[in-house]
Amino acid sequence: MHTELSLNEIKKEWHGTYKAYLIGFVASLLLTLLSFSLVVYKVLNGPTLIYTLISLGLVQAAVQLLFFLHLGQEAKPRWETLIFAFMLLLLLIVLIGTLWVMHDLNNRVMEMHQ
Amino acid sequence: MTSLTVHQTPEAHPDTSTPDPHQDTFSKTVLGFWMYLMTDCLLFGTLFATYAVLHNSTFGGPTSHEIYNLSTAFIETMILLLSSVTCGLAVLASLKNAKASVVAWLLVTFLLGATFIAFELTEFHHLIQDGHSWQKSAFLSSFFTLVGTHGTHVSVGLFWMLVLILQVFFAGITVDTFRRLVVFSMFWHFLDLIWIFIYTFVYLMGVI
Amino acid sequence: MFGKLTPEAFIHEGSQNFAVIMVVLTGIGLAALLTYFKLWKWLWKEWLTTVDPKRLGIMYIIVALLMFMKGFADAFMMRLQQALSVGDSHGFISPGHFQEIFSAHGTTMIFFVGMGVVFALMNLIVPLQIGARDVAFPFLNALGFWLFAAGAMLTVVSLAIGKFSATGWLAYPPLSGIEYSPGEGVDYWIWLVQISGVGSTISGINFLVTILKMRCPGMTWMKMPIFTWSGLCAMVLIIFAFPILTATLALLTLDRYLGMHFFTAGGGGNLMMYVNLIWAWGHPEVYILILPIFGIFSEVVPTFSEKRLFGYASMVWALVVITFLSFVVWLHHFFTMGASSNVNAFFGIMTMLIAVPTGVKIFNWLFTKFRGRIHFETPMLWFFAFVLNFTVGGMTGVLLSSPPVDFQAHNSLFLIAHFHGMVIGGVLFGFFAGFTYWFPKFTGFLLDDKLNRYAFWCWFGGFLLAFMPLYMLGFMGATRRLDHYEAATGWHPLFIVVFIGAIIILIGASIQFYGLIESIINRDKNRDTTGDPWNGRTLEWSTPSPPPVYNFAVIPTVSSVDPLWAIKRGQAPKPAETYEDIHLPVNTPLAFFIGMLAIAFGFAMTWYIFWLGAISFIGILTCVVIRLSGKDKFEIIPAEEVKKMEAARRSPASA
Repeated sequence: MHTELSLNEIKKEWHGTYKAYLIGFVASLLLTLLSFSLVVYKVLNGPTLIYTLISLGLVQAAVQLLFFLHLGQEAKPRWETLIFAFMLLLLLIVLIGTLWVMHDLNNRVMEMHQ
Repeated sequence: MTSLTVHQTPEAHPDTSTPDPHQDTFSKTVLGFWMYLMTDCLLFGTLFATYAVLHNSTFGGPTSHEIYNLSTAFIETMILLLSSVTCGLAVLASLKNAKASVVAWLLVTFLLGATFIAFELTEFHHLIQDGHSWQKSAFLSSFFTLVGTHGTHVSVGLFWMLVLILQVFFAGITVDTFRRLVVFSMFWHFLDLIWIFIYTFVYLMGVI
Repeated sequence: MFGKLTPEAFIHEGSQNFAVIMVVLTGIGLAALLTYFKLWKWLWKEWLTTVDPKRLGIMYIIVALLMFMKGFADAFMMRLQQALSVGDSHGFISPGHFQEIFSAHGTTMIFFVGMGVVFALMNLIVPLQIGARDVAFPFLNALGFWLFAAGAMLTVVSLAIGKFSATGWLAYPPLSGIEYSPGEGVDYWIWLVQISGVGSTISGINFLVTILKMRCPGMTWMKMPIFTWSGLCAMVLIIFAFPILTATLALLTLDRYLGMHFFTAGGGGNLMMYVNLIWAWGHPEVYILILPIFGIFSEVVPTFSEKRLFGYASMVWALVVITFLSFVVWLHHFFTMGASSNVNAFFGIMTMLIAVPTGVKIFNWLFTKFRGRIHFETPMLWFFAFVLNFTVGGMTGVLLSSPPVDFQAHNSLFLIAHFHGMVIGGVLFGFFAGFTYWFPKFTGFLLDDKLNRYAFWCWFGGFLLAFMPLYMLGFMGATRRLDHYEAATGWHPLFIVVFIGAIIILIGASIQFYGLIESIINRDKNRDTTGDPWNGRTLEWSTPSPPPVYNFAVIPTVSSVDPLWAIKRGQAPKPAETYEDIHLPVNTPLAFFIGMLAIAFGFAMTWYIFWLGAISFIGILTCVVIRLSGKDKFEIIPAEEVKKMEAARRSPASA
């Protein structure tokens, strides 16, 4: 059996809307402005600033995943979402693992003399 | 002799529906391309990890505070974000089979993307002219590579867009061109997604 | 004009000249045969432009077997050298050449034999087992093969032109950096690994989408054959691990070509980062090699025990757990690089954990055999050898997972013995079992049984002789990659024993090669017309041997694990005979062209012939654009013709 769909049928499988792009655009814009302002106008500093920036970045990433890439809206079974979640898990393992290992190793390397 | 009874009882009403009802080319291609994007996430993740480990290895040369320009980074961010939206508008236009609109929005996206690359190349050029090339330290190597790899992806996207514009122009909105538009838009959105992490972890964190 | 390439590159040491002449003569011989029998058109139409996974699978096996001969020749030379090179004698291989040999040996075996075997089986078995007619992306599947073949070809070219890398199969910097290895060797290695790595990633995506989306009606997750499950897990590993390799090799490339400082000894580089990243890929890679092998045994053992696989659910669980855990153990490859005890302990414990699901699988296979009706066909013999050798190797792995123990044994011959227990006792023995088991499905005749058994005993005994002494040598202080040692070490007698083991393995492999040719020549003697010589349980055995190009005339519907077994026992209906038109993808030369251009590109970049690199890159881009423009073409076999083809198959053979 040859499962092929017509143009109108596959258009239904793409989930973008004007509303979604508008929300995504405005939210991304605001989040970006906020991030840059916090740094340029030195509103926060130290670890607070760093965590805030990371959080703003993650929120904007979530916004773009939802409103631009339509993650979570695909038909069941939601393979794209599942694979994304698994990718995130492994990425965090590799990133955090690498940072932990390299930080630990670098601590045990002799200081360089200039 | 061994008993060969099968211990599972046959289900009264076995589920014989197709495990995945969407087996058409569009579905498969979108999923396959999404998987490619996931591999790209790991690739960029490796480059981010490398930047994280090496960004303080300045080897007596300049640090990020001395060479990053936040105004340029902000402009680049805005341009890329806008291009992500115009790309979405191109796909939305294709839903209405409005071939001319599709081509127009793709051209706008192309121009924005090309401007982004122009800004980035200028930034790189200034750095090299000031003597801060990728050969000077591990920090500079990792900066140029991370940002440059993103820029290379954007450049591939620009080339892809040109081909796509020609395809839509000559063939109109068909099953094939619609699928390719959607796949391209996934790629282009993904690049803006990665850029969020670049402007956050490279540029913003690099000046505080 | 020719970059760094000079006539000196064509001059080699004695033994290498011999190898080059053999390869060139073989190539000329093949071309002569093809011309004499007028087979060029057939080769082009049926093989070089095919998108049929059954054909691609056979091509993967051919390349893997050819590369195995090369890798085994490397191993044999090393063992001979080590048996001879004691005290005043220095054997017959110079130290530099010896380094190239062990680098080529590892690279060839892992990337072209191991990965070749995995993708061969994925192509041949998975579509049939899930009741599908094809894979999700036939063109990408073919492209994956040709990129794999391009990498293999570059390895062979490096034998003839210039030197190969002398930095081991993983090319640690700073030795692999431009300062300490300015020659073409490391560049060859980088490009052939990158090119075949891209092929692997593409194929991984293809098979994952195939398994997710193209299962036949009724084949829900827990009704899939375990071999397909193992393929699913291996493809997941490929997709998430190979990008790390791609990125890391790219960084090394940038260091070498553009003077960057990722892994240099100066400039702020951190060579430990390379070791960390390369093993973050490297550990999942070895599980990519072994998981499909576990899948093979999950098919072979139930079939030859006439008993359902014990603990299906726990087998699936074990595969999934191994897949996840393989991403959290990578540091055990460099315990001695000097991390603190907290870090070493964490990775040591995670490594010990990963032995648990593996053990579950072995016990499940043994419980499957318990009270089964055992048939001692050669696949079953290979299983027994696997249980012994892989388990011993696995146990030494658990030994090594303890950092204090590893500090003594790291990079000694103890380590070599351990991982060869895994790759020979595991991957190779499993492949031989699968090869014998599935050979009749794709050819219509069986392999000669007696020769198979002789070969088995040679491999089994030879492996024990060639690798058990290495454990002892490791404890006695012998490090890996040694091309010479002093007599006072007392190692010489053991190296001689090891070499004798290598000879016995050579005899075994030769018997296999001879047996393959003999079986083909005498194929009428061992014909199987039933399509099911072993009384199988899964869907591939329900097709004729060899299967028609469309696999199934009627897409099957399943309602249980071991669907063919259910049909045979009357618990499931036979498929209805209602035929419909079958759409198949058409052949295309583009995958082959891209592969050939990739060889040119890799060669050009290695020798700094940048104009050639640019042209071949543009060529590849052109092929890609051509492929991604225009409409997808299909060939249609009308229902009437399908009906005729099925009837023709049935009449000479009786059901």
